[in-house]
Amino acid sequence: MSIGTQPTGRLHVDVRRVGRIGALYVAEYRLRNMWKWKRAVITDGLGNPVLYLASIGLGVGSLVNASLGPQGLGGVPYLLFLAPALMAAAAMQGAMTEAMFPTLAGFLWDKGFFAMRSTALTGGQIADGVLIAAVCRVTFTTAVYWLVLRAFGAVEWASALTLIPVAVFAGACWGALMLAITAHAKNDDAIISIAMRLVIMPMFLFSGTFYPLSTLPISVQWIGWISPLWHATELGRWLSYGMPLPSWQVAVSFCYLVLMGSVGLLVARRRFEQRLTA
Amino acid sequence: MITARTLTKAYGEFIAVDGIDFSVAPGESFGVLGPNGAGKSTTMRMIGATLLRTSGELSILGKDPSIDGPAIRAHLGVVPQQDNNDTELTVAENLYIYGKYFGLPRSYLTPKIDELLAFAQLEDKRDAKVDSLSGGMKRRLTIARGLVNDPSIVMLDEPTTGLDPQARHILWDRLFRLKEDGATLVITTHYMDEAEQLCDRLVVMDRGRIVAEGSPASLIRQYASREVVEVRFGSGRNGEIAASISDIGDRMEVLPDRILVYADQGEATLQAIVARGLMPLTSLVRRCSLEDVFLRLTGRTLEDA
Repeated sequence: MSIGTQPTGRLHVDVRRVGRIGALYVAEYRLRNMWKWKRAVITDGLGNPVLYLASIGLGVGSLVNASLGPQGLGGVPYLLFLAPALMAAAAMQGAMTEAMFPTLAGFLWDKGFFAMRSTALTGGQIADGVLIAAVCRVTFTTAVYWLVLRAFGAVEWASALTLIPVAVFAGACWGALMLAITAHAKNDDAIISIAMRLVIMPMFLFSGTFYPLSTLPISVQWIGWISPLWHATELGRWLSYGMPLPSWQVAVSFCYLVLMGSVGLLVARRRFEQRLTA
Repeated sequence: MITARTLTKAYGEFIAVDGIDFSVAPGESFGVLGPNGAGKSTTMRMIGATLLRTSGELSILGKDPSIDGPAIRAHLGVVPQQDNNDTELTVAENLYIYGKYFGLPRSYLTPKIDELLAFAQLEDKRDAKVDSLSGGMKRRLTIARGLVNDPSIVMLDEPTTGLDPQARHILWDRLFRLKEDGATLVITTHYMDEAEQLCDRLVVMDRGRIVAEGSPASLIRQYASREVVEVRFGSGRNGEIAASISDIGDRMEVLPDRILVYADQGEATLQAIVARGLMPLTSLVRRCSLEDVFLRLTGRTLEDA
């Protein structure tokens, strides 16, 4: 058996194909890697909604429904009001995890991105592939979330067509931003805890997740306005149960997320390529 | 295969590779030798089209890496200094996924993976997680991975650093077979025995420059004598004794722990030293090696370099 004298492999190498769909190969790799963690992914995917819906959805919900009466939250049951926010939050958190950890690993821990960049792939394709895989994971997570909501009787069948896409969209845009930020991380000790404590938690608490943003004093409402979660939640409520929303606000929320996602992805692509060739 | 003219890489003020010229012919096994920080890895990464040069010319497989990066990398097999396989995936999965990055179809990869596993002696580890492999096995997997696309040039950056002697010998055997099969190899190392075993021709780098070039044998002929006597008199006395025997042999290097005396006839030289009434604590007569060439050229041994 010989290795070097068989030139057949050289004939199969397809640079143009990699140029076109290299990002999908990266995504395939990421999904295979995630599959090794399937138990954690599934436990997280199921546990998260069950816990939230059982505690806050049912517990707090019964208080809210009782005290506000039928007109309280625009005439919708609390779970229906909560669903778009929780799903968007779960999607964004999932996307963040799948953007940050592989990126820290690829650049710092096992340096796998450097191996990938020594093939026909480019840095930009690696960034794209990580994001594509994160979006796949998020699609799974939000679909599970929706099924749990459905099992709790919180949503109608048709809501799958609005709730899941909005949440996945929010996850993708947020994931792109996290990808760009993580690609700049020089070390791993601060970035994750900063992101979790100073960004994710305040965002989750002050984005009109559990009650309308207008309930909060005006002095902290700005946190909601800059929060992608709030924008995603507003869109989700508007689409899933017809919460009244002026069309300019629909446009602003949509554009805000698109802008965040596209700037994030462009910066991430550039930074990946730079960092892998420096 | 590779041609470099005044190839330079600067990081701000610091010049990592300082205008080097070299070329590598098809089927040749080319070594880049030097201490840590000499610019070996920087040179390798420029050849591997993963690091852009600052100035000079570089042509790999007839293409310019600044323009045709992916097309060049598609025909290289890169074995980095640090193993960077995915530790969660299995051995076979790592080879499969890496093959995909060259656009290789499954129909080609399935038999190719069997072939590579046999080559790397990892057949019974096919479905093992990379995490569970020994250091030598991980290294062989990284090398097998670098061969998945039948590369025109295989680039090995310190292939055996950090391995135990047995693992090194297995690896040398594998690399030697690649060489016999006609592969073009570019190898960096700071092990002289590795360079002597594997390289047809090599350059010695120091502080970003090429300080010598030739086959291992010709470098030894040119920069060292046939034999060398190593004598130790204890660290305090080496200096003064060196002065008293400076007329013996062709040339002398005084190191902190020993004196090296270069000569054609080692035994006779040792006799001459002893005849002066000097009794070294230990003495060793050996053939000159690339280590001596390196010492001559850089004034440092590889260990302290």
